Amino acid sequence: MAGSQWELPPELCCRPMAFVALTGLDVVYNAVHRAIWDAFCANRRADRVPISFKVLPGDHEYPKCRTKRTSYEWYIPKGILKTGWMNKHLNLVPALVVLFYELDWDDPQWKEKQSECATKVEIVRTSLQGRNTKVAVVLIQKKTPLPPGEDLVASERAQALCHSCDLSGKSLFVLPHTDHLVGYIIRLENAFYEHAQTYYYTEIRRVKSHKEFLNKTTHQLLFVRHQFKIAFFSELKQDTQNALKYYRTAYSLVHELRAHETNMLEIKTMAGFINYKICRLCFQHNTPLDAIAQFRKHIDLCKKKIGSAELAFEHSAWMSKQFQSFGELFDEAIKLGLTAIQTQNPGFYYQQAACYSQDRKQLALQLSTPKIAGASYPSPDPLDTQGAGLDFYGQRPWRQGQQSIDPPDAEKEKTGILALQIKERDVPHSELIIALLSNAVAQFKKYKCPRMKSHLMVQMGEEYYHAKDYTKALKLLDYVMCDYRTERWWGLLTAILTTALRCAYLMASIKDYVIYCMELLGRASTLKEEQKSRIEKNLIKVLTNEVPDAEPECDPSSVSAARSLWNDRMALAGSNELTIEVQDYIPFIQCKAKFQSPSFHVDQPVQLQVFLRADCPHPVSFGKLAVSLSNQEYNQWCVAEWSGQEAMSLLPGKTTCYNFSFVAKTEDVGKKIEMTGIEVMLGGDSGRCVFVSWRGAGGDAASAHEALQASRCSRRWGRNIEARQELDWDSLTMIISRVPKISVQLSHQPPALTNEMYCIKLTVQSQEEAMAKDVKLTAGLKPGQDANLGQTTHVTLDGSKVCDDSAPSLLPDVPLGELKPGEKLEKCVYVKCVSTGPRVFLFHVAYSIDTTVEGRQIMCKCHKDETVTIETLVPFEVSVKFVSTKFEPLDRVSVDIPFLLMTDILSSSPWPLLLTSSSLQLLTVTSNTPQLQSQLQEVVLQTGECASECFCLRCPPQTNINNTVATGQYLLSWRRNSSSPDSPLIQTIVSLPHVVLEMVPLYIHADLPSFGRVRESLPVRYHIENRTALVQEVEMAVEPSDAFMFSGLKQVRLRILPSSEQEMLYNYYPLMAGYQTLPQLNISLPRCPTFSTQALKRFLPQRIFVKPQGRQLDDASIAAA
Amino acid sequence: MAVCIAVIAKENYPLYIRSVPTQNELKFHYTVHTSLDVVEEKISAVGKALGDQRELYLGLLYPTEDYKVYGYVTNSKVKFVIVVDSSNTSLRDNEIRSMFRKLHNSFTDVMCNPFHNPGDTIQSKAFDGIVSGMMVQTA
Repeated sequence: MAGSQWELPPELCCRPMAFVALTGLDVVYNAVHRAIWDAFCANRRADRVPISFKVLPGDHEYPKCRTKRTSYEWYIPKGILKTGWMNKHLNLVPALVVLFYELDWDDPQWKEKQSECATKVEIVRTSLQGRNTKVAVVLIQKKTPLPPGEDLVASERAQALCHSCDLSGKSLFVLPHTDHLVGYIIRLENAFYEHAQTYYYTEIRRVKSHKEFLNKTTHQLLFVRHQFKIAFFSELKQDTQNALKYYRTAYSLVHELRAHETNMLEIKTMAGFINYKICRLCFQHNTPLDAIAQFRKHIDLCKKKIGSAELAFEHSAWMSKQFQSFGELFDEAIKLGLTAIQTQNPGFYYQQAACYSQDRKQLALQLSTPKIAGASYPSPDPLDTQGAGLDFYGQRPWRQGQQSIDPPDAEKEKTGILALQIKERDVPHSELIIALLSNAVAQFKKYKCPRMKSHLMVQMGEEYYHAKDYTKALKLLDYVMCDYRTERWWGLLTAILTTALRCAYLMASIKDYVIYCMELLGRASTLKEEQKSRIEKNLIKVLTNEVPDAEPECDPSSVSAARSLWNDRMALAGSNELTIEVQDYIPFIQCKAKFQSPSFHVDQPVQLQVFLRADCPHPVSFGKLAVSLSNQEYNQWCVAEWSGQEAMSLLPGKTTCYNFSFVAKTEDVGKKIEMTGIEVMLGGDSGRCVFVSWRGAGGDAASAHEALQASRCSRRWGRNIEARQELDWDSLTMIISRVPKISVQLSHQPPALTNEMYCIKLTVQSQEEAMAKDVKLTAGLKPGQDANLGQTTHVTLDGSKVCDDSAPSLLPDVPLGELKPGEKLEKCVYVKCVSTGPRVFLFHVAYSIDTTVEGRQIMCKCHKDETVTIETLVPFEVSVKFVSTKFEPLDRVSVDIPFLLMTDILSSSPWPLLLTSSSLQLLTVTSNTPQLQSQLQEVVLQTGECASECFCLRCPPQTNINNTVATGQYLLSWRRNSSSPDSPLIQTIVSLPHVVLEMVPLYIHADLPSFGRVRESLPVRYHIENRTALVQEVEMAVEPSDAFMFSGLKQVRLRILPSSEQEMLYNYYPLMAGYQTLPQLNISLPRCPTFSTQALKRFLPQRIFVKPQGRQLDDASIAAA
Repeated sequence: MAVCIAVIAKENYPLYIRSVPTQNELKFHYTVHTSLDVVEEKISAVGKALGDQRELYLGLLYPTEDYKVYGYVTNSKVKFVIVVDSSNTSLRDNEIRSMFRKLHNSFTDVMCNPFHNPGDTIQSKAFDGIVSGMMVQTA
């Protein structure tokens, strides 16, 4: 993969760990050794010490150590950092070599084994000649060791072994091969780690010690190298704080180097490495701001260090890599828990990397000069290093190790540069750019930057376009176009469309080509007129099945390929029809449609208008305009087709209106008709047909906003009403029934009275010009009112008798026959309301009639509704009371003693009422008069008038006393006085109140004339009845009175047998005229002391009217005169 | 001085956008458009915290390698964006603020014009003049 030249070396990017070599392990054939090795390498989690282990054979050759320089005086460094150095210390030169050896303390061949071990140690030592690498020995033992100090043999032999191997006691370990292997291994590796630390510490000291020999003129490179090495060793020692410090020093030193064209690459390469290390450590220390600051500083310092102009692309490549690797570091840190923000996330770095890669591509394109394009790759290859690679990072292969300002060999330099340039030409730049962009897209998606994401996707699309992958380019561009369209950034949309159009052209994708052409011609396009004109011509060519002209700025070779593709397409027959949904685009034809009215009567033609307007620079002609409606049967009426004589064409900037009208079907009454789509056919039979189709009532992606703006504008200028019409692109209309031409009148006399047969007279008069057929009436309580009203309202057509409760509250569909023009029809409807309160009544007259609309005969159904609210009142109030024969109110009724029932009927009706009769239906009590006759026959009551009746009743003797009993009902028959004599009578039933009965032991009543006359005898006969089953002794006395003289027994005591009667006769002789109180009759029952005179007194008359003496001719007074 | 000045409607479509003619106009359009991401984010963050007591000046939206993008949002959510060359270090925050204030004042004047329909692109000579005064002068 090209570009790998710029990849950072893996040894730089890894986390440096102490390198420990393990020898003497046979991991292939020895199971114990294998287990030990596995315990070292398996499960190296973060809690284990950072060591990289390697198994090496005992006689492994370690890199030779060069003889140490004693003086730097004549030494001129050839470069900053050798390419092999980092790898050497990571993987080749161990900090510690551990020799594993199987030996138990009580081994029978101890001596031999000891010396063999010493030999092995010696071999390792020799191989590490000159290095400070430590050596350690691990004895693999079968037995578990005793606690230290207890095994005397062991300590003795250990000492001996140390001595013979020249080891310190700290470097000898014992590894019992028992159950707790992993535990032992962890303790071992911790010990190794300490040794390694010491090793790296001494290495740092060693490098530091060189410093005093250096001078600033010739050894500048070494300053950098040494600082870098110290920092790297510090990292190996896991001392990252110091490592960071030394890297920072190295970084500032690298920029102090004298930079010139020949070493610019080396300096930048090293600066990049050190910067990478610093940023990495900063992120590791969780100081991301430091990392960002360092990176910014690095970029600012290096941005201008372009180096040789001929190799400027190298600088861009390097810059791109800097950003990319920082982005990766940042991303890595985020994965480990760092939080990034919208304005500071890895995406920006990937984006910038892509940006530099684009620069690189531009620079590489400039290399396509004839000089380079014609040149062949130089031979021998100046870039060839015989497979050895470079000695120093960032140097040129043809002049390695040279540090002079001018290139040593001008010719070699030229061929070298040429070789690099030729290589650069073949780099797949687009791939690199796209990879970076897609990284950036992923980041921006994560950090809520939708617009940035779209922008990068546009760039990706453009890059795919440059890479000639038009399908992918279109996919991306098409995806983001919609975002720019909805946000109304026309400039950007136009730019994207232009690229997309090129792609579509080069792919010869007809549909895409047509779509993009349409939008580029539309009002959202910011292209210039001449551009639009060119595009429109191309579009017309496509429509007439010709090959369009190439888009400008296309690659000439691609254009010729595209042309042949187009020719193939055009030659292909069939597939000449194309439907394009333009609702979501902004096409060059604007289309809006509306119904003229939100509703149409079925006998009116439905009218709709389609407005078309072309935004392109030249007139467009089209073959057909069709509107589709929700009921497809109407579609045939809404088609405008090119008929041959008159071309249908749209002039630029002019709005053309097309009117359609059709007659709705009678079945559609009450239904909605909606426009579901509009289609304009471009092109014709000869060429290609493109159906431009809008959903609903037209309009496109920009219409809604335009309408809003228009409404704002007109609101401001007070043209509100016009604006409404303009705006109201109603895609929906309703078919409603024909307006009825009949009159429905109601005549009645409100309010209604409860229970009466209330008559409502309905008069229907036809004003139709034709015969109204099938006239039907629906009358009654309007549905949707209180549910109780339905129970208490009854409607009937029969007024001759009072309807019963089975009559419905609504009479549906009463046929009324036919109605000739001008004819009048009357109908009475009777309503009986059982309860009071207001009710709404509905009178619905429906009929059908034949009419003609636009020459079509249709039968319309019409109906007319009339509603009326009627209040119901109570006609009269009836009050009933019981009184004694003396008209005194009774609270209880005595058995077998006559009393009176009084009824009062108070009319509350506003209309005069005729009471035809009344009657009593008695229970318990009986009438005192043999033939009970109504006193209210044919009485007319006006409002507020009252009629009264009086009945004399008696409770028969054999009745249970001390009981409340029902007395029966009072029935009244009545009607309105104004109603006809044959109208039914309404019977109102009034329940009579209950009475409390009582028994009296003694009853007394008097027979006396209705009046007396002064000085004329007035005979009074008292009847005393014993109502008990016992003999009653009665004392009776008459008190004297001033108004009367009387004769009879003044005081008497007598006995009355059970159920018998005693008569007492008195002759009263009135002395004064007028109302006179009768002499008091005192009666007492000595046997029954509870009985009082008072109880009896109510049966007796108290007073009597006494007339004066009559004048007679022979009277003395006349004589006196 | 600015290299690009833009006024963006509440609904995020451009009402006015002008850049230094010598450079790639499209690029500035993209820069302004992408900066709206940050503006939106800032508005929504502030909206939650403080309600109506809002600072109109949003400060530096985001730095690109070559430009600094500053933002300002009026109470009616109309956005102003000023793009400044990164190399132009002479401009301080205060100066950017005063540029925005001037822009806002001039924008208010445009809105006060009874013949201007809010939501339409700005076509005002006075506004053009103010913007020109703030742009980098290309000789």
